Amino acid sequence: MDSQERVWKPYRGPFDPCPPIPYKTYVVPPNLFIPFQPPGLPQFPLNEALRAGTLWPALYSPYESKAGKGGVKG
Amino acid sequence: MWVYEKKLQYPVRVSKCDVRMAKYLLEQYGGADGELSAALRYLNQRYTIPDKVIGVLNDIGTEEFAHLEMIATMVYKLTKDASVHELEAAGLGANYAQRDHAMFYQNAEGVPWTSAYIQAKGDPIADLYEDIAAEEKARATYQWLIDMTDDVDLQDSLKFLREREIVHSLRFKESVQILIDERDKKRIF
Repeated sequence: MDSQERVWKPYRGPFDPCPPIPYKTYVVPPNLFIPFQPPGLPQFPLNEALRAGTLWPALYSPYESKAGKGGVKG
Repeated sequence: MWVYEKKLQYPVRVSKCDVRMAKYLLEQYGGADGELSAALRYLNQRYTIPDKVIGVLNDIGTEEFAHLEMIATMVYKLTKDASVHELEAAGLGANYAQRDHAMFYQNAEGVPWTSAYIQAKGDPIADLYEDIAAEEKARATYQWLIDMTDDVDLQDSLKFLREREIVHSLRFKESVQILIDERDKKRIF
């Protein structure tokens, strides 16, 4: 599947007070590309489906934290 | 009527003592685009929507309460053992002054929940479009919350909730399509 991320470049002013962010991103999740879910789509095994939050890989949208992975298990 | 299952829809584990996140998570508890708003919005709209899509509002509205419970669990775990000093440092001092460690339906800035956050226009298309927008806003809120913590376990539960918003958004889109198509003949699904 295509990337679920889109990139755009914000305008950079000559007198911006802060270090510029070169580009910004936003997410285009798979629901935007499915007008009506067709029958018989492949399904995750149940334990994976719970983890993914959906029964269908076609609807799955991964998202990674900008804070990265820390925490106890990290 | 509802049947209650005494377990969470998805496990909530919080591995990092980070009271700060509790305050931010309140956005999804009692915020405009939070789970309480979602549940009450959908369950109220279902009475006056064409009967073909009542079930969608009923099911999703019910699931939102399961999400509300997950958020409550996160906030509770993050605050239950916090000292007054820690709560104050996390910006929850005013909350302590009002209600000790109790939670309340308020957003991340402490603004109490209001029914003015939600709408019922009585027009099925207008109502469903509001619901689609609400799901996308909740998805975005979850992204920002995931960005704000490096606790992988908390991230894991929030990622589940985010994915549910995506599925719900699609279901509302399909509901709109059902109302547009109108016919009972040839369904694409």
